[in-house]
Amino acid sequence: MTRFSAWALAKNALSGNKLWTSQWRKPEPKPSYDVIIIGGGGHGLATAFYLAKEHGITNVAVVEKGWIGSGNIGRNTTIVRSNYELRKNALFYEHSLKLWEGLSKELNYNVMFSQRGVLNLAHSPAEMDAHATRGNAMRLNGIDAELLSRDEVAKFVPQLDVSSNTRFPIHGGLLQPRGGTARHDAIAWGFARGADKLGVDILENCEVTGFLKDGDTITGVQSTRGEIKAKKVGVAVAGSTSEVMRKAGVEKLPIESHVLQAFVSEGLKPAVDTVVTGGGGHFYMSQSDKGGLVFGGDIDKYNSYAQRGNLPVIEEVTTIMLALYPQFAKVRMLRHWGGIMDMSMDGSPIITKGPLPGMYLNAGWCYGGFKATPASGWCFAHTIAKDEPHAFNAPFTLDRFSQGYSIDEAGAGPWAKLH
Amino acid sequence: MLIPCPHCGNRDVSEFTYVGDAKAKRPSSATTDTSRAQDTWDEFIYYRDNPLGPHKELWQHVGGCRQFVELVRNTRTHEITGSKGRGPHLEGNHS
Repeated sequence: MTRFSAWALAKNALSGNKLWTSQWRKPEPKPSYDVIIIGGGGHGLATAFYLAKEHGITNVAVVEKGWIGSGNIGRNTTIVRSNYELRKNALFYEHSLKLWEGLSKELNYNVMFSQRGVLNLAHSPAEMDAHATRGNAMRLNGIDAELLSRDEVAKFVPQLDVSSNTRFPIHGGLLQPRGGTARHDAIAWGFARGADKLGVDILENCEVTGFLKDGDTITGVQSTRGEIKAKKVGVAVAGSTSEVMRKAGVEKLPIESHVLQAFVSEGLKPAVDTVVTGGGGHFYMSQSDKGGLVFGGDIDKYNSYAQRGNLPVIEEVTTIMLALYPQFAKVRMLRHWGGIMDMSMDGSPIITKGPLPGMYLNAGWCYGGFKATPASGWCFAHTIAKDEPHAFNAPFTLDRFSQGYSIDEAGAGPWAKLH
Repeated sequence: MLIPCPHCGNRDVSEFTYVGDAKAKRPSSATTDTSRAQDTWDEFIYYRDNPLGPHKELWQHVGGCRQFVELVRNTRTHEITGSKGRGPHLEGNHS
């Protein structure tokens, strides 16, 4: 594996880019490992990387049923932010944002983290008040936040229609300047490469078909590439959580799988240099480095494993987009796709030991998994290595629902579809 | 996606509101078994099978007859293989 540097780039450019070596090995499964992580997405790969880097546990396998980055890590809208009001969420996501800030250097891999700001629009005086409350809470938790007036929004994003004659007039917004976007494939590949270099085996095309158990205790997995034993098994499979956990005998979880669609337009010249969310409904958009407008909205709001959505959401999302940015009316849509979200019943994640002995669970990411990738792996690795959570993920238990400690950032109640 | 309403025929999904898993049953308020009360309420409020494949689920035709409809829909293909009316009020389910 070649370490990236100016020298390596120059040498490979002069040799026609034919000398690059593969970024990670394609090993055969060993009979046993100290830790198996199920799921070769961002969270699983980050977990393996931090297990090796922070805890010295290198006898680790990441098992992935498809190829690295084929799930939600390659299907999101790449937004990174920590603009949460509840302290339990705020501290976790701010830890994630801080990890993002050093990630390209840490991984020697350009994850193209661009702190272009994330602006949440407000469309009524009441929403301005709510944004002010959240902004104050963020500042009290040491997170950057600026409340912008309508005129300041107009100056920050000149393309927005801020006239009073729109369906959802803009009253102002809450800006997190340190938020932004990153390259989603790069984060998967960077963590995979980093973990591999530290000795982690990445086993692609290796689907888990069952669990090895000794009584209730999980002792490994059955896979399409044979039985693999392990002292500890971590599950980080996003929308497939319920189906994978069912194979271990866990029939019910506080999770529903829903499809979230995302969209990208044809490439345009630079037009929007920040991330804008809002629009009266649910809408978020940025412009990629290739020039495409990358945007999305609500989930389809019914249980789905289809990885494709239906037309009403497309209509709703594009309607909001044109209300905010009338000049994009003639922009053509290039691609649209769906990913399966593990929607938890309070909108917050689960990073915990259990629910069975020998097992660890990382799930319930709702819409917010991408930005959480580094901290999710960091906290999950800590939980697996130490057999207890770090303070950052201690609130994200599975039993919080029955204990009355749900973390409901949206205040939407126990409805997965509303988070 | 078209949803077969027993009263109105095939109608666009945008006319319907999704309620959720039809198997989630509200515990009876008449129950005297307090030892099981916590578990049954937890299960009703938070815990779901969330299957890949056929899913028995409730919708309400809010943009039409306003009746509740119980569907069997495949969560991978969106194929609907069952539809029956559940009337104007849900007894013993969400709501």
